[in-house]
Amino acid sequence: MCLAIPARVVTVDRDDGTAVVSLGGVKKEVSTALLEDVAVDDYVLIHVGFALHKIDPVEAERTLALFAQAGLVGGP
Amino acid sequence: MKYIDEFRQHDLARTLADAIAREARPDRSYHLMEFCGGHTHAIFRYGVQDLMPANVTFVHGPGCPVCVLPVGRIDQAIRLVERHDVILCTYGDLLRVPASGRKSLLKAKAAGADVRMVYSTTDALKIARDNPGREVVFFAIGFETTTPPSAVAVKQAHAEGLKNFSIFSNHLLTPAAIQNILESPEVRELGSVRIDGFFGPSHVSSIIGTQPYEFFAEEFQRPVVIAGFEPLDVMQSALMLIRQINEGRHEVENEYTRVVTREGNVKAKALVAEVFELRRSFEWRGLGTVPYSAFKVKESYAGFDCERRFDMPAVAAADNKGCECPAILRGAKRPTDCKLFATVCTPDNPLGSCMVSSEGACAAYWSYGRFRGAAKNSAERA
Amino acid sequence: MSAKLKSLHRLDLRSGHVDMSHGSGGRAASQLIEELFVRHFDNELLGQRNDQAAFDVGAGRMVMSVDAHVISPIFFPGGDIGSLAVHGTVNDVAMSGARPLYLSAAFILEEGYPLADLDRIVASMARAAREAGVTIVTGDTKVVERGKGDGVFITTTGVGIVPEGVYISGDRARPGDAILVSGTLGDHGVAIMSSRENLQFETTIQSDSAPLNALVADMVAAVPDIHCMRDPTRGGLATTLNELARQSGVGMMLRESAIPMREEVAAACELLGLDPLYLANEGKLIAICPLDKAERLLDTMRAHPLGANSAIIGEVVEDPYALVQMETRFGGSRVVDWLAGDPLPRIC
Repeated sequence: MCLAIPARVVTVDRDDGTAVVSLGGVKKEVSTALLEDVAVDDYVLIHVGFALHKIDPVEAERTLALFAQAGLVGGP
Repeated sequence: MKYIDEFRQHDLARTLADAIAREARPDRSYHLMEFCGGHTHAIFRYGVQDLMPANVTFVHGPGCPVCVLPVGRIDQAIRLVERHDVILCTYGDLLRVPASGRKSLLKAKAAGADVRMVYSTTDALKIARDNPGREVVFFAIGFETTTPPSAVAVKQAHAEGLKNFSIFSNHLLTPAAIQNILESPEVRELGSVRIDGFFGPSHVSSIIGTQPYEFFAEEFQRPVVIAGFEPLDVMQSALMLIRQINEGRHEVENEYTRVVTREGNVKAKALVAEVFELRRSFEWRGLGTVPYSAFKVKESYAGFDCERRFDMPAVAAADNKGCECPAILRGAKRPTDCKLFATVCTPDNPLGSCMVSSEGACAAYWSYGRFRGAAKNSAERA
Repeated sequence: MSAKLKSLHRLDLRSGHVDMSHGSGGRAASQLIEELFVRHFDNELLGQRNDQAAFDVGAGRMVMSVDAHVISPIFFPGGDIGSLAVHGTVNDVAMSGARPLYLSAAFILEEGYPLADLDRIVASMARAAREAGVTIVTGDTKVVERGKGDGVFITTTGVGIVPEGVYISGDRARPGDAILVSGTLGDHGVAIMSSRENLQFETTIQSDSAPLNALVADMVAAVPDIHCMRDPTRGGLATTLNELARQSGVGMMLRESAIPMREEVAAACELLGLDPLYLANEGKLIAICPLDKAERLLDTMRAHPLGANSAIIGEVVEDPYALVQMETRFGGSRVVDWLAGDPLPRIC
């Protein structure tokens, strides 16, 4: 359910409430109506033509580190 | 592709698989329900089950809004588009879902109805603007992830003074469905459906936050891990669930921290609250009538509610006899338990929604899993 | 009198439209054929203006193929219905290892279709034919009433000759054979999706529509014992491999990480929820050959511009169920099944 994909913000049109995002070289215009402040180079989650949420880069790194550590640590 | 490829890495999969194999206690089994169709899809598409030890199984839940949409609602939409000269805009997922009388939106389109596939509500609004003399109805489906875009569309239409746009609201709430499953006799009393823990839906949670799941964890004493829907997320979340189960904990943990927070998307929630209100009850395919589980358009936006604009009598439609979608959606049966599966009911000729929707357990099982035993044998012989 | 009657105004290729008289076999029809079709296709056989074309065929087995083209949109990034019609039939003939020689082209035109667009399509066909080294030697035109056609439908038939010693057929795949593909997959499917109304997004993806006969000629010269060849058009790689598996009564094991794909195609598929294995390709081929010839075949393919990204993507295995399976990039495995209907974008 809820196919949503992370993409990078390339341009923002505040008046229109839209942004153009890029994923692997494919660009698409999406609505930013559900977010407060979207800036160029932010990564956002895209679903049915809307940006739903920003991706937190710090948490992303932390999660990847957790995967790598799984073998070493037994417990949260 | 950033934030996608890193979460599909092969070597990290091995690390996690080893950790899971070590920590899953050999003296018990673990039944983990993945509620969300996106997780079903990831598990099958990447073959995640292959990397799990034998005593860890995934139970597929009803987290597919297409699968749980009652046939009667599609019948209503088909009748609407047949009887009135409306342009019905729909997401691609609904086009092939079988309705009553062997009809579907796609077949209605073939017979001349103006059914158009759209990728976004934005497309539907454009069609309304471009066709001022025609009524445009948007078939709004989806859980809490997809509801905010519909809210935005209604507000936009209102702001522009569009007179020919309305939505057919079939938006559903996830927590209500989870509760319904956990309270079902099979789970609560009979114990015939074993659910030891839940994978919380990824993107619904980005909107509603982790807070709504705290009730379930407590009330039903089951751990919940909000899981991202890349395969490494699923594996890490499985590990977290196994740990909680081993330690006798039942908390809400968040694996998908890069997107999900405790309160979710406050702005999106506010927009939904402005446009929608809860229906007292709504019939879900497979789960029966569930109270306070679906949204309808508020009175203040009545002009954009197609059920008030048009005469759309409710259609009581029965599921195909022999179709086990209801039980499969609840995790009470597997696709292979259904007599129709792979005999009469196939992706080419789907009888139930579990087969039509690519997230449905039957479709996923057909595409990726139905020859698991045979496939494994062939691979080993090769 | 006949000289006077001949002085019709020239076809208005800028702002004229197809009308019913163009299909009626009379003077208007004749004019359309002369000033549009014959002018572009311009070859000796067509120039004879018979209802048929007669030609010698050399030694060897003759191959014939037919394809009807109803694509929408008619013009898309990287091609149009005309070039597609030529490439499609040239490729179908070439997949048997044959050298395509002659094509026929039958047009069903909808009343009201702009002559400027028809001119563009026919010019494109002529170009495609020249590039592929084939000639369009006979044709037909019919017109249907407005609303009864989708602008233009084109049916092309092609004939060619298979050289001695070459026997390529869908039932010849054997366990142990290597499976090769001539380049990146999914380009055409995504190019079409991106042009369709309601699914707008800017991509740099063009259709890969191309004639493969020159590539095939090199391949067959280097490895005459190729077992199977097919171009993965509608239904994509997955459908084509399933067809071959079933015909040959064998299974297949693919490696996802070996399948060539452009990053933009993968990204577009992520955005729309499509599986690239099911998207159409119009300028690629699949080849199945004995394992000991695979490297040689691969090198030959890579030496040709249309095969620069060729790769070995898996092998044929014994399998009573004739399944096509794939080792995923992730390390698990999945079955790559037949397609049910066209791939549709999804939100779920």
